[in-house]
Amino acid sequence: MSGPAINALLPPVTLTTTESEFAIVGGGIVGLSIAYGLLQKGKTVSLFDEGDDAIRASRGNFGLIWVQGKGAKMPAYARWTRESARRWKNFASTLADECGTDLKLQQRGGYSIFLDEASLAAKVALCEKLKSDLNGDYPFEVLGHNAIKKEEPNIGPRVAGAVMHHEDGHVNSLILLRTLAMAVRRKGGNVYNRARINNIDANASGFALTADTAQVHQCGKVVLAAGLGTKKLGQQLGFKVPVRAQRGQVLITEKMPPIINRPSDEIRQVNEGGIQIGASAEEVGEDDRETIVTTAQLANNAIDQYPILANATIVRSWGALRIMSPDGFPVYQQSLTYPGAYFATCHSGITLAAVHAQLLPEWLCDDTENPGVPGDFNLGDFSEERFDV
Amino acid sequence: MYKRLTHNNALQFTFDGCSITANEGDTVAAALLCSGKSTIRHSHVSLSPRGPFCLMGACYECLVRHEGKTVQACMLTVQPGMVIERVRTADKALADRKEQ
Repeated sequence: MSGPAINALLPPVTLTTTESEFAIVGGGIVGLSIAYGLLQKGKTVSLFDEGDDAIRASRGNFGLIWVQGKGAKMPAYARWTRESARRWKNFASTLADECGTDLKLQQRGGYSIFLDEASLAAKVALCEKLKSDLNGDYPFEVLGHNAIKKEEPNIGPRVAGAVMHHEDGHVNSLILLRTLAMAVRRKGGNVYNRARINNIDANASGFALTADTAQVHQCGKVVLAAGLGTKKLGQQLGFKVPVRAQRGQVLITEKMPPIINRPSDEIRQVNEGGIQIGASAEEVGEDDRETIVTTAQLANNAIDQYPILANATIVRSWGALRIMSPDGFPVYQQSLTYPGAYFATCHSGITLAAVHAQLLPEWLCDDTENPGVPGDFNLGDFSEERFDV
Repeated sequence: MYKRLTHNNALQFTFDGCSITANEGDTVAAALLCSGKSTIRHSHVSLSPRGPFCLMGACYECLVRHEGKTVQACMLTVQPGMVIERVRTADKALADRKEQ
């Protein structure tokens, strides 16, 4: 999704404020969600966004609010994900009130659809394990071919079955990005686009951020939420930043009449009518180009699941980069060398937006009775120290 | 109503069964607009009327059906005898209505 050097064609940004309590580096969904939450707590916030030529997961993602299967190897992550999914309705309606936009949130359940019994059985086993880890509270069901056909009349004859989890859903993630950027501004946050931060220095009153233009902004605390762009700045502040890029490719069809009722983790019909097809994962470094081989695989898989798509015209396709930690789970870390500097990253910024806005600010402000444990979630579980062993 | 600045050889094609007179070299979108058809489909989602807008392949508003596929009318040059159909929404009242 990176384009030409648009930044080079536009005048440099002028920082109109010289200080704030919190500086957020990163203007994607994660940075904006955190900024919005801090502003709701009455903090002064400035947010620095690299610009439209940055690598942006927030513009390439699949828009799911997804619970099923997540955290089988880390129950704390399963709980964190579900907490966010449960808070999403309130989060979306607060944003809607603030900005008058409709995020097109739908949380009526979602599927993992399988063409063979063995893969279906493996997913069912994973969900059973999660259900037992979560003391039986994990609302999913297994649908055989006839049951999924009843829910989704356009499903194809080759589909063996599906797992349906009732807490899954999706949202229009581009409207979410725009709305969050609007909400942060309306709450009084300073949002600087085309403001790449090159250097962060700790000093007596916090941190001094130096932008491309050599302008300096002083903040009390700084939160790094720049995705793959966090590496260099994070290392300056004593973080390990164990993240890598993982490419996902996505296709989108012409707008169609409603043919899919609920999203799956591979195919969904967005509110405007287009069918979004995705779910590839490739370890190719920071290369967000598309390939014919993968797009053809995605298209064939989609036609196996929904044969009606064989006649659909593909109008766009793109590659985007997930931000992956070694175990795939989020990292929330305060710097051990420079207290007051924080690092937050995940590959599920849409799903986790609600907890990022509503719970992470408690951790960042250190104003809970139990520091580091917002809403009974011990963020120590998500520390980057887990990768030391 | 649009007026042509120049006139080339006339040819006929059909849109939803109606015979339309176009000029050689017209795009389907231009020919439809010149014949007075500005609403050529309805949005699948809002059911609001849609027609050719950008005329350069960017906006995807001028979609029509041609040879079993949904295509942009502004990107398709009219050929004699071409059969173009409306994109139909799932809404029955609209699907049954003949466009003006």
